[in-house]
Amino acid sequence: MAVCIAVIAKENYPLYIRSVPTENELKFHYMVHTSLDVVDEKISALGKALVDQRELYLGLLYPTEDHKVYGYVTNSKVKFVMVVDASNTALRDNEIRSMFRKLHNSYTDVMCNPFYNPGDRIHSRAFDNMVTSMMIQVC
Amino acid sequence: MKWGFQHHFSCLCFQITELCGAKRVGYFGPTQFYVALKLIAAAQSGLPVRIESIKCELPLPRFMMSKNDGEVRFGNLAELHGTKAQIPYLTTEKNSFKRTDDGDKQQETQSPTVSPLASPPSSPPHYQRVPLSHGYSKLRSSTEEMHPAPYEARQPLVQPEGTSSGGPGAKPPRLQASLIRSFSVEREPQDSNSSYPDEPWRITEEQREYYVNQFRSLQPDPSSFISGSVAKNFFTKSKLSIPELSYIWELSDADCDGALTLPEFCAAFHLIVARKNGYPLPEGLPPTLQPEYLQAAFPKSKWECALFDSYPESMPANQQPRDLHWSEKTSVKDMADFPVPTQDVTLDDKQASKNTTDEPSPKDMLEDPATPKDSNSLKARPRSRSYSSTSIEEAMKRGEDPPTPPPRPQKTHSRASSLDLNKVFQPSAPAAKSGSLPQPPALPPRPCPSQVSEHSVNSEPSTQPKPPAQPYGDFRLQEQSEQTSEAEVHPQSSRGPSQAAESSPAKKDIPYSQPPSKPIRRKFRPENQAPENQELPPTVGGPASAATMKPHPTVQKQSSKQKKAIQTAIRKNKEANAVLARLNSELQQQLKEVHQERIALENQLEQLRPVTVL
Repeated sequence: MAVCIAVIAKENYPLYIRSVPTENELKFHYMVHTSLDVVDEKISALGKALVDQRELYLGLLYPTEDHKVYGYVTNSKVKFVMVVDASNTALRDNEIRSMFRKLHNSYTDVMCNPFYNPGDRIHSRAFDNMVTSMMIQVC
Repeated sequence: MKWGFQHHFSCLCFQITELCGAKRVGYFGPTQFYVALKLIAAAQSGLPVRIESIKCELPLPRFMMSKNDGEVRFGNLAELHGTKAQIPYLTTEKNSFKRTDDGDKQQETQSPTVSPLASPPSSPPHYQRVPLSHGYSKLRSSTEEMHPAPYEARQPLVQPEGTSSGGPGAKPPRLQASLIRSFSVEREPQDSNSSYPDEPWRITEEQREYYVNQFRSLQPDPSSFISGSVAKNFFTKSKLSIPELSYIWELSDADCDGALTLPEFCAAFHLIVARKNGYPLPEGLPPTLQPEYLQAAFPKSKWECALFDSYPESMPANQQPRDLHWSEKTSVKDMADFPVPTQDVTLDDKQASKNTTDEPSPKDMLEDPATPKDSNSLKARPRSRSYSSTSIEEAMKRGEDPPTPPPRPQKTHSRASSLDLNKVFQPSAPAAKSGSLPQPPALPPRPCPSQVSEHSVNSEPSTQPKPPAQPYGDFRLQEQSEQTSEAEVHPQSSRGPSQAAESSPAKKDIPYSQPPSKPIRRKFRPENQAPENQELPPTVGGPASAATMKPHPTVQKQSSKQKKAIQTAIRKNKEANAVLARLNSELQQQLKEVHQERIALENQLEQLRPVTVL
């Protein structure tokens, strides 16, 4: 359902970014980049003491004319950003949440791999497959 | 319809026919057909023809082909699944087709040559699933897949025997080999379609043993996990690239918990082995490598047995494969000869074919040229020996070899230490007067070899206090001369020239004697001047006590280089000891001096005090 999915590290550099290939991918990269500010804003709004209460799912970060951007933060400040097509009105919040949950699980599996150094780009094929499954439905 | 009918088998045939129920039913349906074949197999293997005999594992029934089987084979494959129409095709083709489906032959007679080709389309759908013991449906579904290479073993059997066996009726007719092979395929439930393409991903018994041993070396408890970091270090030794290892981990860690259980570990190891042998990594974990499959194929009891039978963990990994190979040799042979009795393992022919095609990566890893016959039996294509040179156990071997110990640092020169030793001994010379110390050993002449021998002798903790007093005395005098030659206070030059003769060989030791000169000098001062004789013995006793530990130099002949080497090393150790002892003695001397000075000052103070008090 998503048009672009990105995994951003705590230091705000991308660990994984993938878009639907037909589009101008640079645009999506730019959107993800700008959404990071919004994510940071949402994280800091609650304050440090409320980290436990902060929900992982951030919801709609900001909408544009064509797309909507959703955000999700893990407890280790790894951010997942998802860009979906605005015309896809069938997508509900629950579905977005479930997609983020799947992303999070796959990311955890990647972390479990002892050969993966945290901070590296993610090259896991399983992760790729999962992301592809989430994106392929756009077409 | 008539058929070849051998008399001495007729009874048996009828018996089988009766048993399988064909008589009852009136025709040979698929079930009856399978039962009949199974009974034939039983009969051929000598077992009584009973219903119960179906249940046991039997070798395949042998049938003889009497005519050209080329078309018949495929025709049969197409037909055998079912309708009676097909069966007569078999029989009618050959006069001496000694099948037990007599009843069938009786019924279907018309134009058998044509009918079978037409009939198949209808039959296959019926027989998708057949009881496992006969597994015939698999035959049908996998008919098209029956051509894969692993079935090369099938090929030799699929030979049209033009010389028909119809004449000799000694044996029952032989079906097409493909049919038999198909039976063999069917004997393995579930594996037929998926397993053949997975030949390289099937773990042989020997590989399994090896992997289990490796697991044990990493983790003694076979039922628990290997942690991620341990596994990472282990697999990194395989010299595969990190992304590949990462991918292999992804494939093998099914539950993604960051740890490997025994089946997961075996799968990962197998993938690494395959990769090192040049196989591209699969997209997904092959079914034969999945943990459930591995657990089922090799039940826990076998794991335990393998582990308990395996070698102690202390055995280095590089030895394990070799020993493993030796011990597994017979088992491997058995594997090649007989069907492996585990539930879904291949039959013997398939095993042989698989072994011929399966990469004997354990063979390579075992680097066992001593058992070529096993390797040959298991190897179809030559393995690059370069792999064996980079095998995991070699890498591990490298990792396991302890680094050669660094060369011992030579703190002091050998001569110096020898000199030191002697100097240390010297105070004991005057102390010998006190009789408390053993006589220092006789000193050989100055040149190095003598020193070497001296040290070698010193290395032995022999207490042989029988130095000739004179040599020692000479040496002592020489020492004195050396010390006086240095920029120190004492005028021992008088002694020096007097010992010029002895000092010549001692000249070499002069530079080395400088460090200890001070304490020695001080030691000698009382000798020469004897102002502090009373303090000398205790001071001498201090360093001399260390000296007493030194062995006395006795002349020893060193015949072997090894002795020299060992003794050289020992000498160096002794040198170090001597240096430390010398330092100790120096410090003690200084301490004594300081004490003396303090005493002197206190005396002065006491003398002066009454004046000040006043």
